[in-house]
Amino acid sequence: MAAYMITPTLQRVLLSAKHVSFQSRYCVVAGRARYSVVYDASEKVMKTCRKMGIKTVAVHSDVDANAVHVKMADEAVCVGPAPTNRSYLNMDAIMDAIRITGAQAVHPGYGFLSENKEFAKRLAAEDVVFVGPDTHAIHAMGDKIESKLLAKAAKVNVIPGFDGVVENVEDAVKIAGQIGYPVMIKASAGGGGKGMRIAWNDDETREGFRLSSQEAASSFGDDRLLIEKFVDNPRHIEIQVLADKHGNALWLNERECSIQRRNQKVVEEAPSTFLDPDTRRAMGEQAVQLAKAVKYSSAGTVEFLVDSKKNFYFLEMNTRLQVEHPITECITGLDLVQQMIRIAKGFPLVHRQEDIPINGWAIESRVYAEDPYKSFGLPSIGRLSQYQEPISLPNVRVDSGIQEGSDISIYYDPMISKLVTYGATRAEALQKMEDALDHYVIRGVTHNIPLLREIITNPRFISGDITTNFLPEEYPEGFTGHRLTPEGRRELLATAAALYISAQLRSQRFMGNLRVSTTSQEQSQWELQVELEKKSHLVSLSRSGSSFTVEVDGGSVEVSGEWNLASALLPLSINGNPRVLQCLSRDATGQITLQYLGTQFKLRVLSRLAAKLTGHMPEKVPEDTSSILRSPMPGSVVAVSVKPGDMVAEGQEICVIEAMKMQNSLIAARAAKVKSVHCKAGETVGEGDLLVELE
Amino acid sequence: MAAFAAARSSRGVLSAIKASFNTFANVKHGLAVAPIAQSHLLQHARWYSVSHLSVHERIDRKRNAALVGGGQKRIDAQHKRGKLTARERVELLLDPDSFVEYDMFVEHRCSDFGMEEDHNKFPGDSVVTGQGRINGRLVYVFSQIMDQAMMVGAPVIGLNDSGGARIQEGVESLAGYADIFLRNVLASGVVPQISLIMGPCAGGAVYSPALTDFTFMVKDTSYLFITGPDVVKSVTNEDVTQEELGGAKTHTAVSGVAHRAFENDIDALLNLRDFFNFLPLSNRDPAPVTECQDPSDRLVPGLDTVVPFETTKAYDMLDIIQGVVDEREFFEIMPNYAKNIVVGFARMNGRTVGIVGNQPKVASGCLDINSSVKGARFVRFCDAFNIPIITFVDVPGFLPGTSQEYGGIIRHGAKLLFAFAEATVPKITIITRKAYGGAYDVMSSKHLRGDVNYAWPSAEVAVMGAKGAVQIIFRGKTNQAEQEAEYVEKFANPFPAAVRGFVDDIIVPSTTRKRICRDLEVLASKKQTNPWKKHANIPL
Repeated sequence: MAAYMITPTLQRVLLSAKHVSFQSRYCVVAGRARYSVVYDASEKVMKTCRKMGIKTVAVHSDVDANAVHVKMADEAVCVGPAPTNRSYLNMDAIMDAIRITGAQAVHPGYGFLSENKEFAKRLAAEDVVFVGPDTHAIHAMGDKIESKLLAKAAKVNVIPGFDGVVENVEDAVKIAGQIGYPVMIKASAGGGGKGMRIAWNDDETREGFRLSSQEAASSFGDDRLLIEKFVDNPRHIEIQVLADKHGNALWLNERECSIQRRNQKVVEEAPSTFLDPDTRRAMGEQAVQLAKAVKYSSAGTVEFLVDSKKNFYFLEMNTRLQVEHPITECITGLDLVQQMIRIAKGFPLVHRQEDIPINGWAIESRVYAEDPYKSFGLPSIGRLSQYQEPISLPNVRVDSGIQEGSDISIYYDPMISKLVTYGATRAEALQKMEDALDHYVIRGVTHNIPLLREIITNPRFISGDITTNFLPEEYPEGFTGHRLTPEGRRELLATAAALYISAQLRSQRFMGNLRVSTTSQEQSQWELQVELEKKSHLVSLSRSGSSFTVEVDGGSVEVSGEWNLASALLPLSINGNPRVLQCLSRDATGQITLQYLGTQFKLRVLSRLAAKLTGHMPEKVPEDTSSILRSPMPGSVVAVSVKPGDMVAEGQEICVIEAMKMQNSLIAARAAKVKSVHCKAGETVGEGDLLVELE
Repeated sequence: MAAFAAARSSRGVLSAIKASFNTFANVKHGLAVAPIAQSHLLQHARWYSVSHLSVHERIDRKRNAALVGGGQKRIDAQHKRGKLTARERVELLLDPDSFVEYDMFVEHRCSDFGMEEDHNKFPGDSVVTGQGRINGRLVYVFSQIMDQAMMVGAPVIGLNDSGGARIQEGVESLAGYADIFLRNVLASGVVPQISLIMGPCAGGAVYSPALTDFTFMVKDTSYLFITGPDVVKSVTNEDVTQEELGGAKTHTAVSGVAHRAFENDIDALLNLRDFFNFLPLSNRDPAPVTECQDPSDRLVPGLDTVVPFETTKAYDMLDIIQGVVDEREFFEIMPNYAKNIVVGFARMNGRTVGIVGNQPKVASGCLDINSSVKGARFVRFCDAFNIPIITFVDVPGFLPGTSQEYGGIIRHGAKLLFAFAEATVPKITIITRKAYGGAYDVMSSKHLRGDVNYAWPSAEVAVMGAKGAVQIIFRGKTNQAEQEAEYVEKFANPFPAAVRGFVDDIIVPSTTRKRICRDLEVLASKKQTNPWKKHANIPL
């Protein structure tokens, strides 16, 4: 087999992968993926290498020494401390690692140096194979301005816009006016959502220009920006291409990536419900034209915006393996990493266009360590105190680089994993995704499973009627979690009550202790009160074995299960239907947090007596939050725009916090005088830290 | 502000202090006790048939009056303060229908200042007393029945909400206090004693909770102090509020008088029920074992990465404790006081254990005066009540400095050493990282009769850290960096201790739970006695 043949030369591939943000893809050598982030590029690459008989070397930062990719690799080299610019982006250290280990090839993963032409050049100089396109293509496609010109020349449809670098703020306003609002301001060097802002008027253009250039500078070390027409209601559909060094190129169908927040992908699927065979072919052929025009070799992705009339416009080309590549692998049966290695070694493609099938449907959810209730996802950090992937389910694949005990830190992208499900039909793949999300145990950090599960069960999503504005359109007030139906509410109340009683009964079972009252028999009927979302419900239970019949809100619910109080998962049968809930916490005072249909609900179960007396308990006065500004997430303070004594207007920027390479401007909730400032630029702050107090 | 609420029962046993919710100002209106499930109480009260009709009638009348306590007005007033009445509290604390009340007919016999008038007399004055069950296990509520509690071997819970001595009763109330104190002392180490402070507790009354094993408080509604803000102002001219002087925050974080605080009466009582399940009924009972669904051989992969590579970097000992114990459930004692040591109760395979751990997150987990005292008292409780002790060690040593030396760190540190050495319950020790110097010896080392002592691969058992050691050993020499590396190679690892048998094994961290559960099973039948003595002389 071809794979075997290349083994002698590519004995060792240095993989790199950590990923800091999936948007600023850097790559690095050697696989890494740990910690927060993670992705699997490295693990995925290593698995394929192992299959092909190639030894691997992982590079890692010091904090990643225990990372999964490091453990998987045959050898590992530490390339520096946690901050990416001193480790995963540190080319000198990585070149040293290559020399020390004698690696003959480098797979750059998804992020870090994967699209860095300088890195590719240095590898070439040392005669090390770069598993990816050659420097010319990286350079041509890496620069958004140049890539657009090239695409135009290759007769690829492009969006109207300004083909040049924007000089300054006023220049930006002028250009935006010429193109016509809305416009998109984005970093010339960047990718994904970093350094990208949409502006609907001159003021927003000014603000966007400032923030984007700062972000671009800190993320990519290049603050050049460009401006283009913003296509309203667009879909983001991308074509996977594969090209060899002999002028052959293939398109491996599309990926629908329209579900995004802040221009970052959340849920992807392949194929798209929207494309007909003709459009698909037209897009595929243009993608291949572009690849050929830049003499592309390796795997690459050509991103398009598609409007409601199925007109499509070239966005950009990513010259690396993409995070969402597994769904393409699912429906085509190709191992893209294997293909990349073959191509790097100089082998011609073995497939022809007509060999590329669409078999079934694949969906990918990006599971992030972030709070979906804040702007559809602000980063959170913490230690994964419990972590179980739903890999025991059939047709579920989880690509992650973390494990129980991993820390999600502010240094890297907050991605926990890519969860991929596959089915013969879209409905089947979606059903699998629901199951997988319900079985996914993540404790210790806030995660976006509530949002993911709502998306994949949203009627509009199911019908395929989506755009890149799906989230703000569906949740104009922001995401608030699952809305309970009356029936769902009864199920949830019944489950909480039954769980509470199960725990109560267990706490009366002492092993081998003769001094427990023999007179009290185990009760089988209870009257309780359960609070949910500030409403109290009277609940009556009767038990027979492990089954509870629960009367609540005028309905009857039958709940049965093993009631294993030690297990993170709570597999139940509710009115005869299987349902998996998770118990996140449970305490002596009857507080129970359950994850039901993806969303976490806080309940309180009390005996009728305790419930009656609760009314006498003093109300604790919550802090007035309009006069204080707390950090909504962990991160570092980039700028503080006020000082004590200043007057601020409602909505005025108070300070800017950067986390996971995203800058977030924090604003005043009301007009007031600044009383005190508790942070300064450069400081690291935690979630909930007090930043500024208003009078 | 001291009002003494003690009354003498017909049987001649002093009833006392607890559960009166009067301040001096309203003492003259007597006591507030709520009506609760009267039929149940009647059913349980132990009264013999009385033939004389008028006596019979009187009994009924008094009993009903006792159940109403100080009257609806008092009940409402108590509720308005965000507090429950004594009877409501008892009903919440105990299993339904399990309360058996004693001394319902006790009245104060005070005859001065108008207290003798009928409308100032209330049957069941000041205290609600009796026994009941928590999850089926016997418990006595309030202290005057301590004699019986000791005899039967069942814990005593006091729910304190009292303005203090009833001044009108004079010296009799002082005698009442002392009687309680004596009983607290005699019961100490025989049955677990728990105080839950649910209102003001001032003056001499504070010493009863202080003598019990655990003191819990209710936030915002409970206070403990010897003298209130007014007296403080007149004596020391300090301006201080009740809350600052003796509130839950003060006592759980600053003074170390209270062991934990809860949000309100209901939360406190429900937590107390939960806490009670950890405790054996008496010193003659084994630590309780409850049904356990968490597999005893469960691996904890997160523990393999919890200790950072840099020896100077902090981590949270609670991550280790929660990972190891059943269902991550850990009832921490004094979570806000001397946070450089973590103590509390948990279960391993259903069996109650006491956990002691240095907390690297706070002051590097060093031992100082407060943490030594906190740890020592906890270890002694566990030893007194047959609760095995699991110790997690990451200790860089005792905290240096004048404030510590002047404060008597030698004397206080010795308490922890004494407590660990004296303890005869099963003792399992896990060294997660640093175990330096004298602090290594103190933390349940093999030398102090640790039954099973493990080291993780990250353990460093040594006299001190590499840097300090090299500075002393090679004082004035130049190539200290090199020597440091040599020292690290030689001493900063678990081998020197392991080859001498000071640790029994070097274990993979993820297997820690499995090992501890297995050892506890083996050690369940451990018998060890110290030489006979009247009592030891711990350096107080």
